[in-house]
Amino acid sequence: MMNLTLKIWRQKDANDKGKIVDYPISNISPDMSFLEMLDVLNQELIEKGEQPVAFDHDCREGICGTCSLYINGRAHGPETKITACQLHMRSFKDGDTIYIEPWRAKAFPVIKDLIVDRTSFDRIQQAGGFISVNTSGNTQDANAIPIEKENADKAFDAATCIGCGACVASCKNSSAMLFVSAKVSQFALLPQGQVEATDRVLNMVKQMDDEGFGNCTNTGACEVECPKGISLENIARMNREYLAASFKG
Amino acid sequence: MSGILNSSIGRKFAMALSALFLMIFLVMHVSINFTSVFSEELFNEMSHFMGTNPLVQGLMQPILIIGVIFHFVMGFILEAKNKSSRSIKYASNSASDNSTWVSRNMLLTGVVVLAFLGLHMYDFWVHEMTVKYVEGDMSGLIDPNNAESGFRYYEELREKFVSPVRVGIYVVAFVLLALHLLHGFNSAFQSIGANNKYVKSLNGFSKVYSIGIPALFIFIAVYHHFTH
Repeated sequence: MMNLTLKIWRQKDANDKGKIVDYPISNISPDMSFLEMLDVLNQELIEKGEQPVAFDHDCREGICGTCSLYINGRAHGPETKITACQLHMRSFKDGDTIYIEPWRAKAFPVIKDLIVDRTSFDRIQQAGGFISVNTSGNTQDANAIPIEKENADKAFDAATCIGCGACVASCKNSSAMLFVSAKVSQFALLPQGQVEATDRVLNMVKQMDDEGFGNCTNTGACEVECPKGISLENIARMNREYLAASFKG
Repeated sequence: MSGILNSSIGRKFAMALSALFLMIFLVMHVSINFTSVFSEELFNEMSHFMGTNPLVQGLMQPILIIGVIFHFVMGFILEAKNKSSRSIKYASNSASDNSTWVSRNMLLTGVVVLAFLGLHMYDFWVHEMTVKYVEGDMSGLIDPNNAESGFRYYEELREKFVSPVRVGIYVVAFVLLALHLLHGFNSAFQSIGANNKYVKSLNGFSKVYSIGIPALFIFIAVYHHFTH
């Protein structure tokens, strides 16, 4: 069992200034998940009549991309290629001090405590992260279209992005290039996506810029911290797609 | 096409193109400078050619100056935007766990190189412009009235590296340039959309270039300091 000191960002609402508050916590099992440890803390706070710590979570199995904690200076904590819900307390030692903060980016304003507003990602998706399919009944079966194995694999890898925002949180510039490039790439690599490729990349990048994300300076932090291991190659691909689309028209 | 420089990707593309142009220029610059180590005559001839050729002076030099100014101005514009994208900093941030120091400090290394460029321009370029275009002496001779006096470029170069302080500044500046290039070389290719198996094979070359070119500049300065 471990005794820890948690330093957690508390912020009543979007207008509150917010601050780091210390919470000592005892008898934490190394087998607990990180979010279960926060559940224990919240139970204690509720029993004391205090406001529980608000944090995002849903599937708790690394699929939904909802959990969004900056733990000890890293998105999703000290381990790689996992989300915060997949992090276990065995990654920490008895007596540790753990900082828990929300994603920090102008485009991800804090709603409450550790919860940020990531609807900027939704708006980027709405700007072009889709294909327009004719559903009148004569649509060609997707499985009947031959696709190179290499492209199919790369498109699949790009499509594994869960949109958690760890790339933005980790980037020193709060750039969303890894997220947007994954969404552009998953379509750009497939024939179904190439029909609207020009408009898609132009519109999604414009929306990304309008949302206030920073510029990519290729530090590679996003790739390291991405729970799904989305590759920087996607950013280069989006750059090519964008430049070609811009020169075209 | 018209609004490409208004987009984040377009600006990075322009930044990368100016960087690639400057990297090519560095190769040419160090190649000419290095001749001073083994041939006074060749260095003088090449310097005189570069300093008086109308194409070099009238076209290449202005393009170079515009390229340098553009690279620095765009760098500051991008950095200002990046700073404004995160108003509240993390209380705890382990950036060194996911990125290199050089990749996170391009502004710092760039500003040092910019400051050095000021000294470098004062040392060589301002003097050259004054002699050629203010005093009207295009001869390149030590004594413009005596054709036998020989070219002045080699002696002027040697004179600059007598001071150990100046040599020290040059060494520090080129170390910072090496750090700048260690990230900038690969970053430029990524920004123009080149990241595949062929570009990845450039990684080794990028390290040789990024360390080798500044090392040669340092060697030239130190060589002339100790052999003067």
